Amino acid sequence: MALKERIQETIDSEDVVLFMKGTPEQVLCGNSARALDALRAVGAPVTAVDVLPDPAIRQELSALSNWPTIPQVFVRGELVGGADIVQELAETGELREKLDHALGDGWRHRGGEERTVELTEGSGPATLRLVP
Amino acid sequence: MTIRLEELLRAAFPDATELAVEDRTGGGDHFQVIVTSPRLSGLSLVDQHRLVYDALAEPLADGTIHELRIKTRGGG
Repeated sequence: MALKERIQETIDSEDVVLFMKGTPEQVLCGNSARALDALRAVGAPVTAVDVLPDPAIRQELSALSNWPTIPQVFVRGELVGGADIVQELAETGELREKLDHALGDGWRHRGGEERTVELTEGSGPATLRLVP
Repeated sequence: MTIRLEELLRAAFPDATELAVEDRTGGGDHFQVIVTSPRLSGLSLVDQHRLVYDALAEPLADGTIHELRIKTRGGG
């Protein structure tokens, strides 16, 4: 599967996707940290994708999303925004409403589980692993 | 550099009632911009920010802007 299709598949199949610089355990950018903190503040489940291993991830993602910067947060396939928007929506309570609307209220009982997907170019399916 | 960014934003949002560019670190590459404009009214936050990104496409693409924070509001 081409990288572009893998990115799209991840966006479409995961509840909440955070494209970020680094990983939840080791965030390598202030804006990625702000987006992750906002998602954690509301207890959202997070599937994180590190864009740093391959510059093509970022290029393909921005072409798909029409959004030039990292981080990018998607809920059920829809671009919610970057760090500023996600932070603002978390503070106003709208992020919880958006998650309720998109996921039903079951997400609130999932304890903010975090996992990562690796999207490096090559064959085989995307790798999923739970963040300890 | 803040002046150039202000000019680009002013050109994109001539009706802006609030338009500010702050160099957050003093290093000339981390910026916070605030735009309030009727052009943003009725748009989602994502589309509001896209218009700001469009206005600043050149300094974003050439690396002048390393980090950008955006705050937008619709209305006059």
